[in-house]
Amino acid sequence: MNINRRHFLVMMPAAAIAWKYVLAGTPEASPNYAMTDHWWGMLIDIPKCIGCGNCVRACQAENDVPDGYFRTWVERYLVTDVNLANPEVISPDGGKEGFPAAQEEDKGKYFFVPKMCNHCADSPCTQVCPVGATFISPDGVVLVDQTYCLGCAYCVQACPYGCRYVHPQKRVADKCTLCYHRITKGLTTACCEACPTGARQLADLKNPNDPIHAFLKTHVVQVLKPQMATGAKAFYNGLDGSVR
Amino acid sequence: MSGVEGYMYPNEINLYWSVLIVLYPYITGLVAGAFILASLVRIFHVKAVAPTYRLALLTALAFLIVAPLPLTLHLGHPERAPEMYLTPHSTSAMAMFGFVYLWYLMAVLVFEIWLDYRRDIVLLSQSTTGWKRMLYRVMTLGSTNISERSLAIDERAGWIVTLVGIPSAFILHGYVGFIFGSLKANPWWNSPLMPVVFIFSAMVSGISAVMLLYMLITKLRKLRIDMPCVDTIAKYLFYIFIIDFSLEMLDLIHRIYEADESFRSISFMVHTKLYFSQIVLQIYIGTFIPLFLLALVQVKKLPATVRKSIYVVSGCLIEVAVLSMRWNVVIGGQLFSKSFLGYTTYKMSLITREGLFMAIALTILPLAILWVLVKLLPPWHETEDGEVHAVSTPTL
Repeated sequence: MNINRRHFLVMMPAAAIAWKYVLAGTPEASPNYAMTDHWWGMLIDIPKCIGCGNCVRACQAENDVPDGYFRTWVERYLVTDVNLANPEVISPDGGKEGFPAAQEEDKGKYFFVPKMCNHCADSPCTQVCPVGATFISPDGVVLVDQTYCLGCAYCVQACPYGCRYVHPQKRVADKCTLCYHRITKGLTTACCEACPTGARQLADLKNPNDPIHAFLKTHVVQVLKPQMATGAKAFYNGLDGSVR
Repeated sequence: MSGVEGYMYPNEINLYWSVLIVLYPYITGLVAGAFILASLVRIFHVKAVAPTYRLALLTALAFLIVAPLPLTLHLGHPERAPEMYLTPHSTSAMAMFGFVYLWYLMAVLVFEIWLDYRRDIVLLSQSTTGWKRMLYRVMTLGSTNISERSLAIDERAGWIVTLVGIPSAFILHGYVGFIFGSLKANPWWNSPLMPVVFIFSAMVSGISAVMLLYMLITKLRKLRIDMPCVDTIAKYLFYIFIIDFSLEMLDLIHRIYEADESFRSISFMVHTKLYFSQIVLQIYIGTFIPLFLLALVQVKKLPATVRKSIYVVSGCLIEVAVLSMRWNVVIGGQLFSKSFLGYTTYKMSLITREGLFMAIALTILPLAILWVLVKLLPPWHETEDGEVHAVSTPTL
């Protein structure tokens, strides 16, 4: 192919733009996104979760989550008849690589529970932050301004669900952002995208056409630790009473 | 996973608040307690403890200067700490720390010490030479009038500052308790009694620290210990310690009787991981023994040498108890999972920013600062007969 100077001058900016898209991995920010038009949450359908760990791996790849810490993880419960209040729970490496084969299945029931930030409307973590570095965005996502966070870990202590950690390298609070960089561009979260069974569904509670509304009408859903009154927005279908 | 029993949420395995956060309420408590002892003299006219008045104020100042250090060193980004002053978050208990701290340091403690020492500072600025003279001159802040009328105004102002200081001391330490007590996520911390327990344990630790320091310094100066003074301090210590212990037991009994969803988890922890620090150190050694010894002094007439030994032993054990209590609250509150299904282990590092050596250094630092303060602003006159007297016992 013969490339003259004219071709070269045309191709360079085109290549630069293409490279920018490759780096971002997603389209440019949508100028039409209005925060006040959305109120984000998540629907987690427990009977559909097969414990494959795709969501955990996708989250870690998408958000560069450090080893040993988790923005989302999957727990496997084993609840036996005589031990309802004291289930056996495991989550090896956050369930990232799946789970060991189930043993003694006849003695009780096994099920998987994906966990993540509940993006609470009355979040105790944002309440305690001494500088307001963590906040609830107008579209209902609990975020951390990591350029402002002191790294005091008070929010980590205040979260009833164990969803926060202090990033070992950045030394600031880190947590699930509900893939804010994706959902504001019209995409779903990395974990929802990777889930092979549709056990996780991003939900926009302000969008009347979102399937969440039909689902909530026809199913019995629950949030984790409702007694905490945090206004959690991770809605669980088929949540067993033994789940903590 | 090493050190983990049962199931912990994966982000809970490492503790986020270290031994430095144990020191923070301990040091703040010493400040509040020492100040309350000083207020006994000025506000409540307990003349017998006057020899410790100035030492109590200087002790409070020395520890207050160090109080924010463990917090700051613990931060992931200590350089951002000033943001707490510049953009405080109004709903955060921790955000108020900066303001309560500054208020207490500048408006209460430094102001009261300055008012109390002003006459001495003016005299020292005239009798010393060289850099000391310069220093004392600066410390007078240009106020060199030491006429009787002027000193009477100082006295009155000092009384008002102390009066304001008592609730301030309660707020300073009560709020530290509130930081823990207001967290609904953690049942080990979540209790409306927490600020009250913190205040009373602060008074106990601060008063016994000043008593020990007074006895130690007097001994080092080869002077006679003022027995009515230490007897009175021990009496107050005994009564406040009873209230403190009763409150802690009330909290414990309430938890046992209520036995909510967290009880089994917490009970297991107290019987295993916290058994030594809570049951043995805090309750048996640090509370029962000193309470028994201090009660003995109240009901039996014992010779001065025995009483002195009892006060030293009780004082030391009380410090152990209060430090253990801080440990049990801060570290204990992070050893169990919020799922109530498992337990982790605290692995204290040695020579890191949040390690054991740093904690020891931060415990010694206030004593070094106190040494400088005592040299700079001597709390006592030595008379020819070797008696120790307060330089200027406030008007009683």
